[in-house]
Amino acid sequence: MADALHKSPILTVSNLEVTYYTDAGRAKALDDVSFTLNAGEKLGMVGESGSGKSTLALAMMRMIKPPGRIEAGHVFVGGTDLMALSDEDMRQARLSKIAYIPQGAMNSLNPVIRIGAQLVDALRSHGIRDSRAQIEERCINALKSVDLDPAVFRMYPHELSGGMKQRVCIAIGILLQPQVIIADEPTSALDVVTQRQVMETIDRVKNQINAAVILIGHDMGLMAQFVDRVAVMYSGRLVEVSTVREMFTNPLHPYTAALISSLPNLQNKGVFQGIPGLAPSLLRLPSGCAFHPRCTKMMEVCQSTRPLTRTLESNRLVTCHLYDAVV
Amino acid sequence: MTNLLDLHHVSKTYTRGLINAKATVALQEISLTLKQEDPTILTVAGESGSGKTTLAMLLLGFITPTTGQIIYRGKDITALQGEERMAFRREVQAVFQDPFAVFNPFYTVDHLLSVPIKRFKLATNAKAARAKMDEALTAVGLRPEDVLGRYPHQLSGGQRQRINVARALLLKPRLLIADEPVSMVDASLRASILETLRNLQRDHGVSIIYITHDLTTAYHIANAIIVLYRGGVMEAGDVDQVIKSPQHPYTRLLVDSIPWPALDRRWGTDMIKAREAGSSSVGCPFRSRCPMAMEQCKTQPPLYKINKTQAAACYLHAGHPEIAAERLTELLPVRTQIEA
Repeated sequence: MADALHKSPILTVSNLEVTYYTDAGRAKALDDVSFTLNAGEKLGMVGESGSGKSTLALAMMRMIKPPGRIEAGHVFVGGTDLMALSDEDMRQARLSKIAYIPQGAMNSLNPVIRIGAQLVDALRSHGIRDSRAQIEERCINALKSVDLDPAVFRMYPHELSGGMKQRVCIAIGILLQPQVIIADEPTSALDVVTQRQVMETIDRVKNQINAAVILIGHDMGLMAQFVDRVAVMYSGRLVEVSTVREMFTNPLHPYTAALISSLPNLQNKGVFQGIPGLAPSLLRLPSGCAFHPRCTKMMEVCQSTRPLTRTLESNRLVTCHLYDAVV
Repeated sequence: MTNLLDLHHVSKTYTRGLINAKATVALQEISLTLKQEDPTILTVAGESGSGKTTLAMLLLGFITPTTGQIIYRGKDITALQGEERMAFRREVQAVFQDPFAVFNPFYTVDHLLSVPIKRFKLATNAKAARAKMDEALTAVGLRPEDVLGRYPHQLSGGQRQRINVARALLLKPRLLIADEPVSMVDASLRASILETLRNLQRDHGVSIIYITHDLTTAYHIANAIIVLYRGGVMEAGDVDQVIKSPQHPYTRLLVDSIPWPALDRRWGTDMIKAREAGSSSVGCPFRSRCPMAMEQCKTQPPLYKINKTQAAACYLHAGHPEIAAERLTELLPVRTQIEA
């Protein structure tokens, strides 16, 4: 942990921009997103549905499909700009440099192929030319590292529970020891006990290969338990990036503050403090700051001028006019 | 007055295979009563495989109990016919967990809302039907013009789930079976869906059976809770009592695994024992994972009444008086002590 601070970041995302060209108009799903991540660090990415969390993950993997397009930006993983790679090089980089653990593992495994074959396939298609026995051993070790029985290798997905399938996906994700792991709501369909097991598994394998982890989700509770830093997204922009402690004790952006106070805990039984209003449609974004119609601290400038992202002390990022005066 | 719902020793066993049939007990001897005059929110909690969804399916009449009876307003639901059956279908509504599976991808989402309107003749003309749809959608925080006319794949999971809640609201039911209604919805919307559900109970007198694995939302919405594990009742009682001072080792594991959004309240550090598939069905079902398992646990523990509003099926509480399973409902409060 300590020496991670001196290292240069393993992941740098700069000015990433994604637009979906729909029949109803252009929707800017990612707007000028920049952040960095060090090896071994865990970043949480929170936001409402439609805020661009999953688009960010897909953009980093270069898996945005038409009508979406990556308009601008760079994603550096350990010095390589993923955006500059050829399609074939990018295919190789996926899983070996940057791995993606999808949302809903139930639907991401092929139901008619054994688990083992799906693991072997991942290795073979990344140019691993070891003998069959060696590859099998490597796959079984990956299964063991996520607490699965080696017998799972010969099973079909329907023979496994949801938590086990999710752990298979993690096993595939770490097969090639990527430097960055993106987990897109890995536990949203699992119950609390299994969720805790899966998160503990991710934490352990992360430490083994010293990868950086991006955990996408909307469960602030899970973030409080798991990540080091939290990034909050709203309408395609990063509105705040802080350490998890700062975020809970002193949230900067009014949206973050609302998010924190909407959390259920044992002290406020029966109080449902949602965030008033609805997330804006990306096709009809409000002028100025996209959050201003729902904001409790709205000022005149918020209606007309788009706020810029500022870096405050202790490396916190915030995109809000409240901090215009602070330089 | 007849009870809204009575469950008498309901069990459900799934068998598989013709030769060497292997039985899986999904639900074991559940007894429960919901009173018509006291609409309540009852949480049924447990991890996957605990029989929560089986219970929902039984209550909705999709499957029949292996043993025992489910009585809805004085009638066995397996024997309902004709108009009574239609009334049951309208009065008992469901919101399911997976907002991806309930939609037919070939129809626009209007279909899901317009079919019940037609089927139960809730509106006389298209305009009134549209007004009803708009009203229900607005009640769950959706902009009708954003969702009507769209196909399911064009909507997010949260939007789809809210359409499901809207559909249930549309029919003004007496009993709502909500099977994990918010597990796939955003945290900020969760609050509004839960509030909608609670208002439904408070203002419209709808009883709700809230099925979940998420004890935080259960704590906030429900009055009483039943914790299931592998089909058996582990603990039951007032939701405050059970979550703040869990008495059964399984409930303790559940409460320990809640990711509390607080920095000073971390996950427990004890290792979780993985669930063994198909361990013996005699005795306490939690025995193989229980850190405090004793020799005694090989026989099924009865429910012990720990205090006025809490009972647990665990020999650790053998000092307390036993309580018969069918009298469990007496312990469950129908109202919360703290009114918001």
